Amino acid sequence: MRSIEQSLDKFHEAGIRPVAISVDTPEESRDLSKQAGYTFTILSDPNTEAIKRYDLLHAGAGINGHDVARPAEFLLDNRGTVRWINLTENYWVRARPEQILEAAKLLK
Amino acid sequence: MKKLNWQIWAAFLLSLFAFFSYPLLFVRFPVTRDFPWANLLLFVVAAALMLFGLRRAFASGRPHPLRSKIGGGVLATLGLVVFGFFIFTVFIWARLMPASHGAPQVGQQAPDFTLADTTGKPVALSELRSTPLKGSAPPNGVLLIFYRGYW
Repeated sequence: MRSIEQSLDKFHEAGIRPVAISVDTPEESRDLSKQAGYTFTILSDPNTEAIKRYDLLHAGAGINGHDVARPAEFLLDNRGTVRWINLTENYWVRARPEQILEAAKLLK
Repeated sequence: MKKLNWQIWAAFLLSLFAFFSYPLLFVRFPVTRDFPWANLLLFVVAAALMLFGLRRAFASGRPHPLRSKIGGGVLATLGLVVFGFFIFTVFIWARLMPASHGAPQVGQQAPDFTLADTTGKPVALSELRSTPLKGSAPPNGVLLIFYRGYW
């Protein structure tokens, strides 16, 4: 997320809108945005509706055992078709902005 | 009245640093995040210091041989526990994730959703695709980033 914010200009240049989604409430996401200086869209999925629809539920993995999303990134084109996916197998390892921007070249 | 030599303390503190510097510092940079070589290197230095310190503690002629042996042994054990916990956290726990066989694949339509943004306003995926980024043109694409959340 930090690296996404740092590369936000490049994403916008490529015409890509980054959107982050977690189980956090809007208030919690707002606090996070403020604290970390995130300016991209953050959405709240406390009932894990979208998370389940994308089959990303990690049951009981949150603090106090609540359900969270397993980390994943999807790049969609402007018709909503999935063009690139990153389903990490290691919680610490996420897609790098360069990888995503490389994949974004497919959309043009 | 020195109970322990400094190498043992330094080694133990260094092992704590080697552990905590991963989530707090090195995870910020892909080069040190994707494989935690910097942290493993710190653990190697800590282990070398610890061995050096223990050799001194267990050498004859020390003023408090028993105390420094016990203290050194305890700190060396704790250091090993820290190292074991690091290996578990980074290499085992981090991979304990469900596989996600049902995620939308390349070429498929991404499932729609409507979720609240940070102001509580409902936002649909279709809006994210059509609302201009800047100027009047809609974006070429949307990057969905699912993350675990912070609370």
